[in-house]
Amino acid sequence: MESDHFEEMDIEVLSSMWPEDIGTDAGKQFNVEEKPKGDQDMLEEVTIMEEPTIVDFKRLLELTDYTEKGSSQLAYLIKHWEYKQANAARLLREELDSLSKQREEVELKKLEILEEHRFEEERYGDKRPISILDEVNDFWQEIPRRKNDVVVQNKRVEIDAKYDTIAYWKQQAMHFEKLLEGSIQREQILTEKLQECLKDFERQSSPVEELSQILKRADNFLHFVLQNAPVVIGHQDKELRYRFIYNHFPTLHEEDIIGKTDVEIFTGSGVKEAQEFKKEVLEKGLPAKREITFETDLFGSKTFLINVEPVFSKSGETIGINYMGMDVTDQVRKRERMAKLREEIAVQKAKETELNKTIHITEETMRAKQMLATMSHEIRSPLSGVVSMAEILASTKLDREQRQLLDVMLSSGDLVLQLINDILDLSKVESGVMKLEATKFRPREVVRHVLQTAAASLQKILTLEGHVADDVPIEVIGDVLRIRQILTNLISNAIKFTHEGKVGINLYVVPDPSSGKGEASHQTLNAAEANGRKEEKLEKHRSTSQTNGDQEGTHGQTQNESAYRNHHLSDESRTPVKSQAFVDEAAEEHPHSFETTVWICCDVYDTGIGIPENALPTLFKKYMQVSADHARKYGGTGLGLAICKQLVELMGGRLTVSSQEHCGSTFTFILPYKVSTTSDHSDDPDEFSDMADHDEATCDTTESFFQFQPRTLGSLFSSNGGSRTQKFLPHTTGYIRSNKLNGFSETSYSFPASNPRTRETSSIDDACSVVDDAEILCESETSSSHRPDPDNQTAACRGNQCQDDANCESQNPITDPTHHSEESIEVAVAAKTRELPKTDQRQDKFGISPQCVSSRSKEIPESTLQPRILLVEDNKTIVMVTQSMMKLLGRSIDVVNNGAEAVCAVQRHSYDLILMDVCMPIMDGLQATRLIRSFEETGNWDAAVKAGIEKVVPCLDSLQNGLGSMSSAKRIPIIAMTANALAESADECLANGMDSFVSKPVTLQKLKECLAKYLP
Amino acid sequence: MERNQLSRQVALQRQSLFDQGYLDDQFNQLEELQDDSNPNFVEEVVTLYYQDTSRHVLEIEQALERKPLDFTKLDSYMYNLKGSSSSFGAKKVIAECKLFLEHCKARNGEGCVRTFQQLKTEYATLKRKLEAYFQLARQAGLTGTALRPK
Repeated sequence: MESDHFEEMDIEVLSSMWPEDIGTDAGKQFNVEEKPKGDQDMLEEVTIMEEPTIVDFKRLLELTDYTEKGSSQLAYLIKHWEYKQANAARLLREELDSLSKQREEVELKKLEILEEHRFEEERYGDKRPISILDEVNDFWQEIPRRKNDVVVQNKRVEIDAKYDTIAYWKQQAMHFEKLLEGSIQREQILTEKLQECLKDFERQSSPVEELSQILKRADNFLHFVLQNAPVVIGHQDKELRYRFIYNHFPTLHEEDIIGKTDVEIFTGSGVKEAQEFKKEVLEKGLPAKREITFETDLFGSKTFLINVEPVFSKSGETIGINYMGMDVTDQVRKRERMAKLREEIAVQKAKETELNKTIHITEETMRAKQMLATMSHEIRSPLSGVVSMAEILASTKLDREQRQLLDVMLSSGDLVLQLINDILDLSKVESGVMKLEATKFRPREVVRHVLQTAAASLQKILTLEGHVADDVPIEVIGDVLRIRQILTNLISNAIKFTHEGKVGINLYVVPDPSSGKGEASHQTLNAAEANGRKEEKLEKHRSTSQTNGDQEGTHGQTQNESAYRNHHLSDESRTPVKSQAFVDEAAEEHPHSFETTVWICCDVYDTGIGIPENALPTLFKKYMQVSADHARKYGGTGLGLAICKQLVELMGGRLTVSSQEHCGSTFTFILPYKVSTTSDHSDDPDEFSDMADHDEATCDTTESFFQFQPRTLGSLFSSNGGSRTQKFLPHTTGYIRSNKLNGFSETSYSFPASNPRTRETSSIDDACSVVDDAEILCESETSSSHRPDPDNQTAACRGNQCQDDANCESQNPITDPTHHSEESIEVAVAAKTRELPKTDQRQDKFGISPQCVSSRSKEIPESTLQPRILLVEDNKTIVMVTQSMMKLLGRSIDVVNNGAEAVCAVQRHSYDLILMDVCMPIMDGLQATRLIRSFEETGNWDAAVKAGIEKVVPCLDSLQNGLGSMSSAKRIPIIAMTANALAESADECLANGMDSFVSKPVTLQKLKECLAKYLP
Repeated sequence: MERNQLSRQVALQRQSLFDQGYLDDQFNQLEELQDDSNPNFVEEVVTLYYQDTSRHVLEIEQALERKPLDFTKLDSYMYNLKGSSSSFGAKKVIAECKLFLEHCKARNGEGCVRTFQQLKTEYATLKRKLEAYFQLARQAGLTGTALRPK
């Protein structure tokens, strides 16, 4: 292609570059510097490639003929030429004038001379004609032309005239003759010159010729300029067909372009746009610029800046366009890059500000949270004072109206307490202060306890049930307190929103959810299987519970025991028999000497009002309830689920919900638990033997189904009616209260009338404990003349030690939770009418003076009835102060310095109240409380032994109770003494089994309140 | 007469301890525990406090010298000191304890050291003031009993 062009190139050498006068002319169209000759030569050497310019000359002619510009150009050139001509004529005329002047002068001179001669002739008679002088030749030619000289000559002539001789005059005449001749000669020369000039003038170019020359030069100059200009210049006619194009980078032949439109020449994006744009300009008649990006096969992707100008005819019509295109691809690219960069910078800046804002907000939030937590804490202390005072007030004699007011006061107070606890919990989780504990616990036990607790405060006709799949390990490691909190929260939630039907817990093992999809399907399968099994079990349990009754008790337990042993013996073997509940677990536990993780899924289901789909997304958000209506109707803070979710996530699990409106909801959480090695519990001979000895422990490990049947309304009311006159154990109140603090007290508020029942404090000098809530309710129906004896449960449990107890047992088949059969437990929470015999054991118990650990300065006369108080505190100052205060209150106390000592002290003596510091060396208050509670629940000190506390030989007083070291079943009120340290929040105290807390510094008032509440 | 003046002086001194923020209401509580059978109870408590806590202070001081700082340990020591201090209402000391605990929580070693220096000053100042006060009180022969607001 290129070579073709070169062949066609016609190299033209220009003789002259530019008309000189054009350069000097003002208002000229071509602003070109006059160039010296050298430059012209240089330009001559330049080979101007005519090729890039493809011209339709006919069109050019047309243009010059028809367009304004063309004609003005022509007119200008003509004018220019005329001016030049006039100038030349003027010069010639001037020359002519000067010449004729000279001639006149010379003639004048001649005349003068002639006159002189005449005079002389007169004098001398010499009348020779002047013509003689004519013969004189060239002599005059050498005479200077100037007038002065002539004058000088004249003078000389005058001087010479003195020499009045003929010769002289002759000479003079000749001289003048010569002058005249020269003059004539000059005249001739000038005339010749003039003629020559005229001839020259004629010879000079015609206007057209010159015009075309100028044009050619302009054209060439343009060529020169354009050659280095990377632009495309073109002219297109009305139909947008190319009539002229100059292209610095030619790729097409003339015939390819001329007479064609853009669209006909190129293909690709942008071509059409260019065409449209040109058409637009053509139509509007206004010049315009536009950037058009072409994407053609011919030259690839390029952006051109196209400047299009319409061309008008003389009559003002558009007859075509001129356009210039410039490749601005790089610029556009740069510009785009700049824009992009600028955009990025802007985005960056925006992000930065956003970030700053977020940081600021976060800081603010943190501060607010901290503030909230602090405030909550500060509010809680006085509030608990208000609530406890109100509770004390509730124990006094009040009329109906007063009691109602008090009930409102109490329930409001409790609600605020709960809210504050929730807030504290949340802020704890959110600020990352929440510490998780890893303790061994039994999932079945947890499920049972949670259900029991819920059943105790249940005010509706609901069935509570729990099912634990066989493959769930007996013992797992996790933060039992938090798990319990979650379960309790979910259960109380379920109960709150369920009016009839049932609420239950389902526990089963699922595969690790993070271990891939393959197992996910397996998981659902498992779940379905578990569900199926559950139904099956349910049926089975119902039948067994009906047929077996409670006389099955011991038998079942022994069976279970053997099963338990069996399981440990058959560690490695995986028997597919379903009744061997622990086979799976054993297989899971044993092969590894280290801990393995098991994922346990827990469903909490209900048949309640359900959750509308649109409320699901906000369900776990803080302070969110399904709707304002719900909030009004059901109360609550809207924090419960948020806490649950955060806790579950903190433990590495997840909480989900599925629900169908009006049918019920199911909350499911999956949590990983560590499974301890088998050696941990089975190889411990002590424990093993203990397990064998104590049925309660064993049955807890194996039971897999729990059900709590609803009470009838009748019994509920009857119990209410009776409650007025009943006298209650003070610590009962404490226990219920602690439950509320844990966050599942909502249900009790909806029935304020039933509250007094639990808040009644006893005037009886009885300080014994009750093991479980079921019994509390049971007691609510006993008449005041009967005092519940904690010991008789254990006694009964241990094989009908007392005839009365046995009777009692037979009347109330399955009320005792320590007494569950291996297969099923059914707790008829209501409808229990237990007639508990009054025994003399109490007197025995207090009749014995216990071993005092610390000073007991004043032995008050009625010391036999004086309740025993244990202070567990390592800080000497606090011990001293507290001791003094107690003394002032008329109490004496035992003092130990740490949790371990406290456990020992409890082993030795029975106490009626323990004040427990939380942060202590060796063993802290929480652990000590757990150990004591564990003893109360299981009746043995296994946990304590495991924790490294030697069992002490029990004191005489407990021995006299007839139960030896196993004296348990009495719940000692444990009051935490906290100093607001983070690690010892009140929640944690309560969750660890403490009943209440007293914040430090301990004041007389606080102690008084505490004693009033827990000790009669 | 002289006795009266003395007792007024004691009362003034006592009041100034409250006014200057050295003591809080817990101190009143202690004084209330004082009776004929136990006439020097407050002083005993304070003495015990200084005996007992000087060990804690020493422990904290040592713990602060050890690098890296064991914040858990510091926290537990300081918690103990705070408990003791709050039992007789050493307000300024308690405030420093709280600040220290906050620094502990924030793992701010420098803050801990700084606060501890301040704490020691307050601790010593209070000791000096209380010693003077008790001495005066003994001189007045009244001890705390007579000074009780009731």
